[in-house]
Amino acid sequence: MSENLLEVTGLQKHFPITKGLFKRQVGAVRAVDGIDLTVQAGETLGLVGESGCGKSTAGRLFTRILEPTAGKIVFEGQDISHKSVTQMRPLRRDVQMIFQDPYSSLNPRHTIGTIISAPLQIQNIPTPQGLKTAVQELLELVGLSPEHYNRYPHEFSGGQRQRIGIARALALRPKLIIADEPVSALDVSIQAQVVNLLEDLQSEFDLTYVFIAHDLSVVRHISDRVAVMYLGKVMEIAHRDDLYKNPRHPYTVALMSAVPVPDPVRRDRAQRDRVLLTGDVPSPINPPSGCRFRTRCWKAQDICAVEEPPLVRRLDDPDGHLTACHFPVVEDEAVAGRKPATINV
Amino acid sequence: MSSVTPRPYLEVKDLTVRFETDDGVVQAVSGSSFSLEAGKTLGIVGESGSGKSVTSLAVLGLHRTRSNAKVTGQIWLDDQELVTASNEEVRALRGGKMSMIFQDPLSAMHPYFTVGAQIVEAYRIHHPGVNKKVARERAIDMLARVGIPQPSRRFNDYAHQFSGGMRQRAMIAMALVNDPKLLIADEPTTALDVTVQAQILDLIRDLQAEFGSAVIMITHDLGVVAELADDVLVMYGGKVIEQGPAIDLFQRPQHPYTWGLLGSMPRMDREVRDRLTPVKGSPPSLINLPSGCAFHPRCPYAGRNGDRSFTDIPVLTGGAHSVACHMSAEERTKIFQEEVAPNL
Amino acid sequence: MVAYLIRRIFNAVLTLLVVTLVTFGIFFMVPKLTGSDPALLYIGKTADKVALDGIREKMGLADPIMVQYGKFLKGLVAGRDYANGPDVTHCPAPCLGYSFKTEQEVTPLLMDDLPVTFSLALGAAILWLIGGVATGVISALRKGSLLDRVVMTGALAGVSLPIYFTGLLASAVFVYWLGWLPQGQYVPFLESPADWFVQLLLPWITLAFLFAATYARLTRANMLETLGEDYIRTARAKGLPERTVIGKHALRSGLTPIVTIFGLDLGSLLGGAILTEAVFNLRGLGYQALQAIKGNDLPVILGVTLIAATFIVVANLVVDLVYGLIDPRVRLG
Repeated sequence: MSENLLEVTGLQKHFPITKGLFKRQVGAVRAVDGIDLTVQAGETLGLVGESGCGKSTAGRLFTRILEPTAGKIVFEGQDISHKSVTQMRPLRRDVQMIFQDPYSSLNPRHTIGTIISAPLQIQNIPTPQGLKTAVQELLELVGLSPEHYNRYPHEFSGGQRQRIGIARALALRPKLIIADEPVSALDVSIQAQVVNLLEDLQSEFDLTYVFIAHDLSVVRHISDRVAVMYLGKVMEIAHRDDLYKNPRHPYTVALMSAVPVPDPVRRDRAQRDRVLLTGDVPSPINPPSGCRFRTRCWKAQDICAVEEPPLVRRLDDPDGHLTACHFPVVEDEAVAGRKPATINV
Repeated sequence: MSSVTPRPYLEVKDLTVRFETDDGVVQAVSGSSFSLEAGKTLGIVGESGSGKSVTSLAVLGLHRTRSNAKVTGQIWLDDQELVTASNEEVRALRGGKMSMIFQDPLSAMHPYFTVGAQIVEAYRIHHPGVNKKVARERAIDMLARVGIPQPSRRFNDYAHQFSGGMRQRAMIAMALVNDPKLLIADEPTTALDVTVQAQILDLIRDLQAEFGSAVIMITHDLGVVAELADDVLVMYGGKVIEQGPAIDLFQRPQHPYTWGLLGSMPRMDREVRDRLTPVKGSPPSLINLPSGCAFHPRCPYAGRNGDRSFTDIPVLTGGAHSVACHMSAEERTKIFQEEVAPNL
Repeated sequence: MVAYLIRRIFNAVLTLLVVTLVTFGIFFMVPKLTGSDPALLYIGKTADKVALDGIREKMGLADPIMVQYGKFLKGLVAGRDYANGPDVTHCPAPCLGYSFKTEQEVTPLLMDDLPVTFSLALGAAILWLIGGVATGVISALRKGSLLDRVVMTGALAGVSLPIYFTGLLASAVFVYWLGWLPQGQYVPFLESPADWFVQLLLPWITLAFLFAATYARLTRANMLETLGEDYIRTARAKGLPERTVIGKHALRSGLTPIVTIFGLDLGSLLGGAILTEAVFNLRGLGYQALQAIKGNDLPVILGVTLIAATFIVVANLVVDLVYGLIDPRVRLG
């Protein structure tokens, strides 16, 4: 097993909510509410979950764009949890981010050349071949023409802009790239091109990815390991094949069964096997006691409201397959059509 | 209803939509034809700029307020021709016989009016004699039918107070309040989470069974189409390039672009592939469409039959499952089986 | 909504307090720092030392600045007495002190000017609101048409031409050349509503032209943006007739930003339209301010500034409240 590039323990990020005359703090959005994760060098860790589960906040914490409320972030053995902007600067070389919206993450008034060379200049990276050549090499690397150097972002299509964002992230030859929904704003065929590009770059430069997305099939395609988040917590984490073949957490099961499959022949079966979650995700301001998923879970029992299940190995799962559930789903369990159980709190 | 030759409930013939802009004429839809029977679902698939949304807006006559739009062809809804109909005739059908739900229910609902008021408004415009109280009851009934808990309380809420899924349910309630016979859903689940998407697709399916409406489901997601559609239309560059019964189209896709779409999708129901096999390049500009087959610059098989791909526009042929491609059916079948299918 | 209301009112009061502190500081602190003596301004250069000291004592000019400020605030709220031994002058609340020049109480002096300023501002506001918004809406609905281009060119002229130019031009044409309107004095409304109206018409039109131009451009831009919104498409998809789509759905949100700017414009105008009043020789707050500035009459300047600031703060408050009423997202968070 390779070494851990990033280690996260007990990570929390609470955004305060203020109210009233004196803006007194009346609560907090517990966007990330205690997660433990490791990212190993060279792997791709997928982070999936629905909107509001805290996956993007988690990504911003990993890159220290945000400062954690509690918990520890260790990058290459260095605790970076509370490093200042200045202290973080040398580390910015090693950790880069790719964003969802290729339209708003590029300054419209800067040329592609300026955008991609900015990290090199800020970090004072020597470019023996010259800055312009360095940028042009990056452009070629991500499948754009070096002649695009002097063009502006609006002259590019969505897919091309995402390539520009990737080139910028790549400029410093980082070790870790946090990609936050990098393909969700793109058309299907462009999505696949960018996914392929990310895979190629990973093998060429030994990159480590944290791939944050809501699309379970894309995450499955690209990731080595996958963590499923719900309401600021990791519900289940496992190697990709373990997770998709043997999902243990009822939420993971529900999530996977909801993905539409492009095969009309299987339509009826897919619909029959589907676990329809009722209701909405509870508010992250006041998450349910005990297990956070219990309000929508068909397996919930009284204990779920009282005791928060730890993220541990369950049943005969292989190493590294951890589930935070009191009643994990066993194989071939009939799950479809179950309604949430009524629990007495 | 119909006289000698029974016409499908909706029939679109040779529809062309052009927009004149400062940069040139945008050929948003160029000559697309399709039909849809009552109670059936037609899926329209394509990427941005394929013309799928413009097609539906044209059916609803929503281009009419845009002075730069030019629509030709025929749209027959229940034996009434809509392209040549007056603004008032089309307006009377909109929201009544045909209605639409949109992608982002938050921006598609007015922020200053309560959800209930907006549904009531939709109902009363098509039922002028109905008083407010009856309309209110109807709206609450609709909210209940789309699965919104405590409908009479939520009636007075604003769109921003609803969750994404509830908002789309409310939007559906508004679209169905007048028992439309044609429902157009334009990417109705794209802005939603996957578990909510499953709920909404379920709801649309149930309501369709209940109301017996014809549904046009516009989406970029082949998975969503496979879930719902009886027939599928694949659009590219403003044209229908392949159409057929869903099962047939997914099992034996004929057009290289459809292959590319399928190849772009990682699938949960198959083993993980090493690589995705997407179409290369990007969608064409609608102002300056490529000559001949609009797909030829991205088609790995263009040029197989001489220069035809670059000069002639392929016609949609082939009966129930038809395709607009210069390659012969045998050629396509061979390529699909040997080169494409193993990679899907 | 109540919490929102209280918070806004609290903010407004706080802002006003800060405004009094800053203006008081500037007007009474700065002369001290620059070595000029406010007492001297009261009496004039020829005054002897005894008289000066008397004035200092009576006006409290010798006190530390915070004490002076405290007394000033007290005067505003409860009135104050100026005393130098047996010589006591009572100044009732809201007391703004005495004019250096005329030794009149500032408050009644300014109150006399208020009706002129009010008449000017309110009349012009009604004109420009109706004119500006209507042209803006029509322009937006006929975007790109000849009418749109003509209106927008006119609006550009309205925005760019200074008021003393349009004002004097209007006077020259309507008063001196065509003789349609009289060049005369302000007539109080209660004296003769008709004369009041005729006398104010030209200043109204001049002032309204300037503002209407801005409003037309703003309205047009807002309407165009709103017409492109998804919920307008939904309104049409529901089968609403175009007049409902525009009149109900589009106007409601298209005009919301107008509320903000209208409140602020009106608020600042109520503090005195200096240029317009000067051009048309109207003796309102703006005119008074001009005279006071010319004569270094600090208490009057301070008074006008405070009144103007109050109007702006109050207008802001009203705008916030109206916003809460219009937009449920503001009200309900």
